[in-house]
Amino acid sequence: MSTPKKAPRVLSLPAKAYLVLYNVIQFLGWSFILYKMVDHFTNKGLNVTGLWEQVEIPLLIFQSAAVFEIVHSATGIIPSNVGITFAQVFSRVFLLWPILYYVTETRDQFGFPLLLIAWTVTEVLRYLYYILNLLSAVPAILQWCRYSFFIILYPIGITGELISCYCALPYYSITQEFSVLLPNKWNFTFNFYYYIVLVMLAYIPVFPQLYGHMFLQRKKILSNKKQD
Amino acid sequence: MEIGILSTSGGKQLATLTVDPNSTLKELKTQIHRLKSHLYPDRQEFRQEPRGKGLDESKTVAALGLKDKSKLYLKDLGPQIAWKTVFLTEYAGPLFVYAWIYTRPWLFYGEDAASQPMSQVSHIAAICWVFHYSKRILETLFVHRFSHATMPVRNLFRNCAYYWVFAAYVAYHVNHPLYTAPCQIQSYIALGFWAVCELGNFSIHWLLRNLRPLGSKERRIPRPTKDPLTLLFNLVSCPNYTYEVGGWVAFTAMTQCIPAGLFAFAGFYQMVIWAIGKHRSYKKDFKDYPRGRKAIIPFVL
Repeated sequence: MSTPKKAPRVLSLPAKAYLVLYNVIQFLGWSFILYKMVDHFTNKGLNVTGLWEQVEIPLLIFQSAAVFEIVHSATGIIPSNVGITFAQVFSRVFLLWPILYYVTETRDQFGFPLLLIAWTVTEVLRYLYYILNLLSAVPAILQWCRYSFFIILYPIGITGELISCYCALPYYSITQEFSVLLPNKWNFTFNFYYYIVLVMLAYIPVFPQLYGHMFLQRKKILSNKKQD
Repeated sequence: MEIGILSTSGGKQLATLTVDPNSTLKELKTQIHRLKSHLYPDRQEFRQEPRGKGLDESKTVAALGLKDKSKLYLKDLGPQIAWKTVFLTEYAGPLFVYAWIYTRPWLFYGEDAASQPMSQVSHIAAICWVFHYSKRILETLFVHRFSHATMPVRNLFRNCAYYWVFAAYVAYHVNHPLYTAPCQIQSYIALGFWAVCELGNFSIHWLLRNLRPLGSKERRIPRPTKDPLTLLFNLVSCPNYTYEVGGWVAFTAMTQCIPAGLFAFAGFYQMVIWAIGKHRSYKKDFKDYPRGRKAIIPFVL
């Protein structure tokens, strides 16, 4: 493409300091979650029972805090697209609250550790990368990790997410929670069960696009390094 | 003289054509089609810059100021589909989907639903819906004059998904056995407003048709005619969209149904984007374009 590159954005010092602080807090939080997870597997082996209890509080806190990133992208202090950031954060928060937190059956199944592994490793790498990037000190090995680990972590993560969603379906089918039924004055319905199904179906078109986009990014960034 | 044809994506040289100054771009398209069999003329768009405006194919090479060794850019518009095919699928779909759900099939409502009573508004709504889409089909067949004969195929899938899914979504609620009708006065007033909007929308389409001579792609400033419904042109550039939105708002008020409201909003959102684009285009193309006009909402937007 012959379009000229945009001039690199210049961050004010307070904004930069704030972002470094935010990313450090997230890095520490997710590192702690990673530690608790590894600790669990080391002591209990490949047993899912009890894993949720080990990570519940920090997971709820630090993953929910990601909503700040939507504000960051909307205010422009990070270069990401608002829509994409919103979609990414939303999908995490959706898995976290109405699925994992609300439906206790989802914590004892195979999908949960899968998504937890994917989320923790990805986030630890990502936030470390952001910190060092703000300080213009990203080591090549970290960059390589950030743009290579996703190749395995993405599929693992979405497999875990889809399995977890599927496990939550019976609960919502029976309880009809978060649903609006007829008759009502405004002739409006919302069926949360079908909403979850819709979200699961949305993975079909969305995942290949995101995965493909990451590969393009990888090609662009890792080959640029070689040219240096 | 020789003209170099470059691709708009990447600037790669696609071909060198030998033309005379009186050749039209349409003839150039035929030449390119002979060289590259997958690029039928409807799929080609010439531009003077990679990201520039598409050029009118009836223009000659000389009229565009092209000389020997000049360059033209060619955009591949992707697989195209004829408009006739488009409206049959895009508009017939919602018509049949709504009509089918109106019969309360067991697939959506269970076995007993069809035999249960239906409110008068639900019947009227079905008639309105079918009328609206029939009108659209007929207008596309007999009224509209298109500036481009085809559109990209991928748009068809996207548009159909939108129309068909929304049709099912609205129909499911309005025809539901547990549907609650609003008070009759509200429905009748809304119905009246809807009828005026349908007629208004048609009036504008009729005006726009007569604005453009047969076979031409000429554009002129639309102005009100003797039809009072066209007076809206004094206030907005796209009164056809204004009436269309008005019609859906009326349909929503008539049925008091949030899904219909969501559909109306989705349509409104898209039409605002189109109207603003068209409004800007008018202002750019016509130096004497009337000042007081807004794009779609009088005095506001």
